[in-house]
Amino acid sequence: MILRENRVVIAHIYTATAAIVVGAFFGALQGLSRATVFNAPAWFDYYRILTMHGVLMALVFTTFFITGLALFVTYRSIPRERNTTLGWAGYWVMLAGVLMAAVEILAGNATVLYTFYAPLKASPWFYVGAAIFIIGTWVIAAEIFGNILWFRKNNPGMPVPLPAFTAGATFLMWWIATLGVVGEMYLLIPWAFGWTHGVNVMLTRMLFWYFGHPLVYFWIMGAYICWYNIVPKFYNGNLFSDGLTRLTFIMLLLLSTPVGIHHEFMEPGISATWKMLHTITTYGVAIPSFITAFAIFASFELAARRLGKRGFWQTVQSLPWKNPAFCGPAYGMLLFILGGFGGLVNASYSMDSLVHNTIWIVGHFHVTVGGPVALTFLGIAYWMIPKLTGRALWKPAWALWQTRLWFIGMLLMSFSMHIAGLMGAPRRTAEISYFGSAPNEWAAYNATAAAGGLVLLTSIVIFACVAVGTLLANKKGEDMTVEFAQPLEGSERAPAMLQALFRWGLVALVAAALAYAGPLLEMLHNPGFPAPGMRTW
Amino acid sequence: MHVHKYERWWMTFGIVMLLVFLATIGFAAFADNMNPPSGLQAIDPTKVAQIPPFDHPGLRRLPDGTYEAYYVAEVFAFNPQTLTVPVGKKITFYVTSPDVVHGFFIPKTDINMMAVPGWVNSDSHVFTSKGTYLLICHEYCGIGHQNMFAKIVVR
Repeated sequence: MILRENRVVIAHIYTATAAIVVGAFFGALQGLSRATVFNAPAWFDYYRILTMHGVLMALVFTTFFITGLALFVTYRSIPRERNTTLGWAGYWVMLAGVLMAAVEILAGNATVLYTFYAPLKASPWFYVGAAIFIIGTWVIAAEIFGNILWFRKNNPGMPVPLPAFTAGATFLMWWIATLGVVGEMYLLIPWAFGWTHGVNVMLTRMLFWYFGHPLVYFWIMGAYICWYNIVPKFYNGNLFSDGLTRLTFIMLLLLSTPVGIHHEFMEPGISATWKMLHTITTYGVAIPSFITAFAIFASFELAARRLGKRGFWQTVQSLPWKNPAFCGPAYGMLLFILGGFGGLVNASYSMDSLVHNTIWIVGHFHVTVGGPVALTFLGIAYWMIPKLTGRALWKPAWALWQTRLWFIGMLLMSFSMHIAGLMGAPRRTAEISYFGSAPNEWAAYNATAAAGGLVLLTSIVIFACVAVGTLLANKKGEDMTVEFAQPLEGSERAPAMLQALFRWGLVALVAAALAYAGPLLEMLHNPGFPAPGMRTW
Repeated sequence: MHVHKYERWWMTFGIVMLLVFLATIGFAAFADNMNPPSGLQAIDPTKVAQIPPFDHPGLRRLPDGTYEAYYVAEVFAFNPQTLTVPVGKKITFYVTSPDVVHGFFIPKTDINMMAVPGWVNSDSHVFTSKGTYLLICHEYCGIGHQNMFAKIVVR
């Protein structure tokens, strides 16, 4: 039974691995090209490579890892005889969508970056592929919800196991958020086929960011699933509080969607009123972030105290810094502190005009999705792969160095990007010399960012070696039983209000509708003019 | 549900910080009128070249001594390519696009806007020092995006 379940999870996790390896290769090429380290050959198309990098990292790697992770924690926390039809169906549908979109990108028919802002007009099959991919993730969501409902039916009055609860909250959020991108496809697909002759650009942008910001919280929730349920076991720690963990996930479910307009501060067609409203809702995420920070550090300290350690340094020293599965998430948490500070600037309405669309933003999301999210997933993979395959990890010392290199590379790259961005260097631009008119200091930071990119590429190649090496070395005998972090002994059960997952999903849907009702009504009242669109690459 | 004493303090601290940040932003917005550019004027992107004043983009002096600068951002150039503006005067920039989405960003200033087809966006700035400023497109707009820039000479 377990073996059959594991196979579907392995498919998701190794597909994610392939995506991050290829994506990192493209990323390093971009860094080198921007730093003008090599003279790009004629066939080298910076924006096509950038589109591939964005799609592979932001959508393919993260989503396949989270679908795999969510299935894994759901299956293992709700053990039962089950068939894996939905898990596989979701996988193949997602993969078909990705391949369809990837063929169009590689053929040069969809050089529209991962945000595919209309009226840049890609091949219709690119949009169709993206929509198919989203539908595949809905199949996975249905599988997770189905398991939660099965548990409720067969265990009346019992709380849903926390790992399955957190996976359920993550996919409820994802389902609400992806309604936006599916709505956008409803406008873009007929337009790309030529059946309609213009598109409301601001409406497509609003729908994109209705989805685009929750997308980043989807990644963070995936990391939180690991931080709360899995990581404490690496240092013999506990879950700090069952109730507050559920509260955190419910708050993320509620606060993910009604915030997207903070990506559109600098745009016409949306009143400052709605921009301010979404600023306020965006800042609400501070509360679950603060709860999480407290819970993690409290859990570290309680575990250290059990060993008789006291104080900050003794606590830090007692943590398992030789275990790559711990180091990945732990270094990621450090990067997330930086990411949080930067996020305060980006979300702050007036200050955003200093950094909007500069490379500061790219630095910011590399210390968030590239930091806590990617590093947590890479670290957790070192724990999950043996649990899935029964094989011992190949070269754990390499794995440890992989997490260290990623941390160093990300710091080097992101710091350079943050500083260059403050000086005004733009993002998403193949060269930034403007025929010698640009300030000289931009170039120096390009070079350090490229160096960071090379360190990251080295790191991910090591990861790929360990992940594939573990399969090839085939050293069986690893214990495949999984234990998730448990609350401290004697702690109370979460109140019923924090158990009602699906009811909170409904509240989240209403909150999203309310937050977008104003801007949408404004747009219906003053829709602007449709744009015909064109291919500019 | 029991919440540990220290955690209550920590969460209170978090919520207070949240309110301080929002109060600061709110004060800047309502007292100092620091709002992001939010142009609500619509324009047909297929007719930008015929619609005044975008048929003759450039600088205009208003009777009250302030200035308006009209720009068309199109693949892969700004029109006007070079603009000379006076130092110490309020200049309101208006920008629209006839094709795809462009950026309108003057590094070292807070002029940072999206130029979206179908809309006119605007924001004001007072240049306090003379010199040549770079105006760049900071939203990917196609194969020649990296060549899309203009110059603003402040005298």
